[in-house]
Amino acid sequence: MSETTPGSSVSRPFLETRREDNWWVGPMATAMGLLAFTVYTTWAALQGEHYSWGPYLSPFYSPLIKPEGWPLSPAILILWAPGGFRLTCYYYRKSYYRAFMAMPPACAVAAAPHKYRGERALFIFQNLHRFFFYLAMLFVVILTYDAIIAFNFDGSFGIGVGSIVLTLNAVFIAAFTFGCNSFRHLVGGNVDCYSCASMGKQRHLLWRVVTFFNKKHMEWAWISLFWVGFSDAYVRLVSMGIITDMRIL
Amino acid sequence: MKEVTFRVFRGDKEKGELKEYKVPLSEGMVVLDAIHEIQATEANDLAVRWNCKAGKCGSCGAEINGKPRLMCMTRMDVLPMDKPVTVEPMKRFPLVKDLVTDVSWNFEVNKRIRPLKPQPRQADGTHRMMQMDVERIQEFHKCIECFLCQNVCHVMRDHKITDFIGPRFLIRCATLVMHPLDTENRLRELKDDFRIGYCNITKCCTEVCPEEIGITDNAIIPLKERVAGAFYDPLAWLWRLLTGKKADQRT
Amino acid sequence: MSHEIHEHDVLVIGAGGAGLRAAIEASALGVSVGLVSKSLLGKAHTVMAEGGMAASLGNTDDRDDWKMHFRDTIRGGKMMGNWKMVEIFAKEAPDRVNELEEWGALFDRTEDGRIAQRNFGGHRYPRLAHVGDRTGLEMIRTLQNHGIHQGVDIYMECTIVELLMDGDRIAGAFGYWRESGKFVIFKAKAVILATGGVGKCYRFTSNSWECTGDGQALAYRAGASLVGMEFVQFHPTGMIWPPSVRGVLVTEGVRGDGGILKNNLGERFMFNYIPEMFAAETADTVEEASRWLEKDPNARRPPELLTRDVVARSIRAERLAGRGSPHGGAFLDIASQRSPEYIKRKLPSMYHQFKHLGNLDITKEPMEVGPTCHYIMGGVLVDPETAGSDVPGLYSAGEAAGGLHGANRLGGNSLTDLIVFGRRAGQYAAEYAKSLKSSIKISDAQLKQVEKVAIAPFEDSGKENPYQVFQDLQSCMELNSGIVRVKSELETCLVELEKLKERAAKVKVEGNRHFNSGWHYALDLRNLLTVSEAISLSALHREESRGGHTREDFPDSTEKFEKVITIVKEKGGKMTWKHEPKSEMPEELKELLA
Repeated sequence: MSETTPGSSVSRPFLETRREDNWWVGPMATAMGLLAFTVYTTWAALQGEHYSWGPYLSPFYSPLIKPEGWPLSPAILILWAPGGFRLTCYYYRKSYYRAFMAMPPACAVAAAPHKYRGERALFIFQNLHRFFFYLAMLFVVILTYDAIIAFNFDGSFGIGVGSIVLTLNAVFIAAFTFGCNSFRHLVGGNVDCYSCASMGKQRHLLWRVVTFFNKKHMEWAWISLFWVGFSDAYVRLVSMGIITDMRIL
Repeated sequence: MKEVTFRVFRGDKEKGELKEYKVPLSEGMVVLDAIHEIQATEANDLAVRWNCKAGKCGSCGAEINGKPRLMCMTRMDVLPMDKPVTVEPMKRFPLVKDLVTDVSWNFEVNKRIRPLKPQPRQADGTHRMMQMDVERIQEFHKCIECFLCQNVCHVMRDHKITDFIGPRFLIRCATLVMHPLDTENRLRELKDDFRIGYCNITKCCTEVCPEEIGITDNAIIPLKERVAGAFYDPLAWLWRLLTGKKADQRT
Repeated sequence: MSHEIHEHDVLVIGAGGAGLRAAIEASALGVSVGLVSKSLLGKAHTVMAEGGMAASLGNTDDRDDWKMHFRDTIRGGKMMGNWKMVEIFAKEAPDRVNELEEWGALFDRTEDGRIAQRNFGGHRYPRLAHVGDRTGLEMIRTLQNHGIHQGVDIYMECTIVELLMDGDRIAGAFGYWRESGKFVIFKAKAVILATGGVGKCYRFTSNSWECTGDGQALAYRAGASLVGMEFVQFHPTGMIWPPSVRGVLVTEGVRGDGGILKNNLGERFMFNYIPEMFAAETADTVEEASRWLEKDPNARRPPELLTRDVVARSIRAERLAGRGSPHGGAFLDIASQRSPEYIKRKLPSMYHQFKHLGNLDITKEPMEVGPTCHYIMGGVLVDPETAGSDVPGLYSAGEAAGGLHGANRLGGNSLTDLIVFGRRAGQYAAEYAKSLKSSIKISDAQLKQVEKVAIAPFEDSGKENPYQVFQDLQSCMELNSGIVRVKSELETCLVELEKLKERAAKVKVEGNRHFNSGWHYALDLRNLLTVSEAISLSALHREESRGGHTREDFPDSTEKFEKVITIVKEKGGKMTWKHEPKSEMPEELKELLA
């Protein structure tokens, strides 16, 4: 190895840094947030009951598929799709690489010492993000349907707190989904010459719209993550009779 | 006049240490001013690279209180001045002396990227490109080659991986790949030679970029998506089989 | 003693726009080319150029052509430009700009996809191809990325101390690696000086540390003539606050895009300073100026876009009359003229620069600006066609060469100068090298002599601090040979420079040669002293005011001095000067000036 290649400088011990700010707050908060969500989701998904009440259906159980003789919770049959979407999402990659794998924990803080190989072996599946995006779009449709249904109280229009909770859930999930980097590529990012490609101008416009959402992809990721959990909790608590759904109209 | 204490790395490959200097504070002062002050008074032989002193040439990258920054664009009033300010060379590159590192590796990597191969000119001897088509890649041309992104990227900094070309050169590739006039296919080399798969989107390059270029979101991820489309997408593969298009064909 | 030796047909010193363009051209002609750069590749002062490069492409306004560009350049240079150079320049500019695009430059576009052009001071029509306000960066990166594939050998962070001679012709150059301090010899049949400017002579300058007049001084010591050294351009709009950024450039593009100048009474004072020569093409009411901004083709240009020398003097006059801004300049206001989005899109790096360094939002508040040393119109005397100096084998291009810009350079003409004459220097140097049959020889005595000069600062001959001498030189020039000059001060300056030379000989540097900034400063001092003397001497003997040369004791331009150019040359170890008649412009070109 010649002198000018990187790697000639000495390895620094894990977490070594000269940074004096609270660089660990970010990864720590991310880790706690993701962990809390995972624990709650796993628990809620395994319950297999209290996932609906009146016109409300918990987003963890939507679409509701209950095959004959399936012994476990119906949530398991569908949650892999949004789960995979978030797991391969470019923003979440940043968050779990920083918070859980410490590669690196924060900028200019020495990374964990284990061998790093990038998108190899299992990580090659990170490249399949666009397929999870296709499914995620389907979920936006389904959750939107759920939100509309949530205004239908036994055939008559009404508004409960739950209707608003589920509507916001659909909106947040949509804002997260339509800011997806893969989507941004597919609608127009893959065009080199908008002025000469067919439908180029329209694709440029679409690309700009997606770019608008993409700029706040991280924010939408967290908002939608929190809200989808909250939506489930709300439906669950109402269904269990712990709280009562307030009717606004 | 108020004084600020600086701890500046002094030394070479063999040995080095942080040395303390006291510098009087003046209005609007930046870290590079302080380094020049030290140079002109206490340490004539202090080695530092700088040129324009206005954030345009990208020569004076260093690690200030552990953060990769340009010394000329770091105002003293953004730093906590009651504590000593630490100034060290970029850690990812071999040290030459004091604050100067050997960044020649970057210039070698750049040579591996094939130059633009434009379409033939129009009849009047010029090219036509619309603002809409160049805007996206004009952002990448803002790069001043300070190499702070190359310095901070953990792939090279911590894992010492040498066959990854790094964020600076991925954005150069992005310019060429998205260039409306370019006729070359570059996706295979991005995957196999430049090893874009090493980037795990942890975005430190974007965080330190003094030109505020959206390195990860606007260059690296779009390139990854193109690579994914060419090599990892079974549907695209099927589509190509039916239409007879090539994997890394330009749109 | 054995030193590292490299041999090339053509050696280019300086890796800014001109040097890179020269190296690309020479290499394309099949000769071996070495390119020496004082800093890292791509960091040269060219990156600081903001506004654009002037070429009569006629894309934005089709009334423009090379004749109009010729006229503007000659008039802007206050009739002092070498007509032949200007003619070549104006004719070749469009091709050179299009060539950059072929190599990957991404200029801003017109509606129909051609290269957009912007207005600038002294240019009759919108003429500057540009990329926001970072055109220089675009140029240098384009040339750099093209050049690395051309087989040019690049020597980075290497400073040339002296040119080497074989009899009276060029034989190469002697330098040192900044990193190791070790000496290096370049043997070359032809040498191109593309080292840029001399801004570091002055305290307040937009120039970087590199601009220490190396090329001019190297050529002078090799026996070449310097021309027009009295013409130094003070850019009217440099930052003046806070102190740490004083001198940093604020692009003329701010005014080109509508920015106006105001004094502390809020008056748009430039209307009071329109020279007769430009009265016919300058708006005389605020109303007309705003119509121009709204693209009325019949409206004349606002007075803020008068040539740089005029604007710089006007700002100074306002300050002397007690109407200056709080820190001794003027207010440059674009916030009241354009929307924040427009400003951020067209002037992104200005926005960035003021936000970060000046703590000021230019989309909301006016900037405070004042004159800063920016450019030297004078330089190595070269042949207009070949860029060759009067030393066989020695060529020069870009700011290091003189003649093109006359007494004042128009904004945007510098970047174009780099590529037009960079290319010519590369071409003719390569042809000269090819035609040279006999091999070149360098005597040992010569090498020993240069080496002695180079290590002198380490000897125990005195205890002057190089930084101190450097600063004193800058103050001396600022005070006595600056934006406005007078006989007595210029004479004082020459006396002071002699004293500074003595002090420079006694400079003592600590430490060893390994990346020693003190030593680098000590060696740069030699060159700065030479060019400072050339500037002051030339200025003393031009007893008139013209363009970048303003004499308080001779406030008017005179016919007598319009006919002569000032030549400086070494004779018997002393700097000598003479006035030489300017070559007569042919009638058909004279007609274009009307």
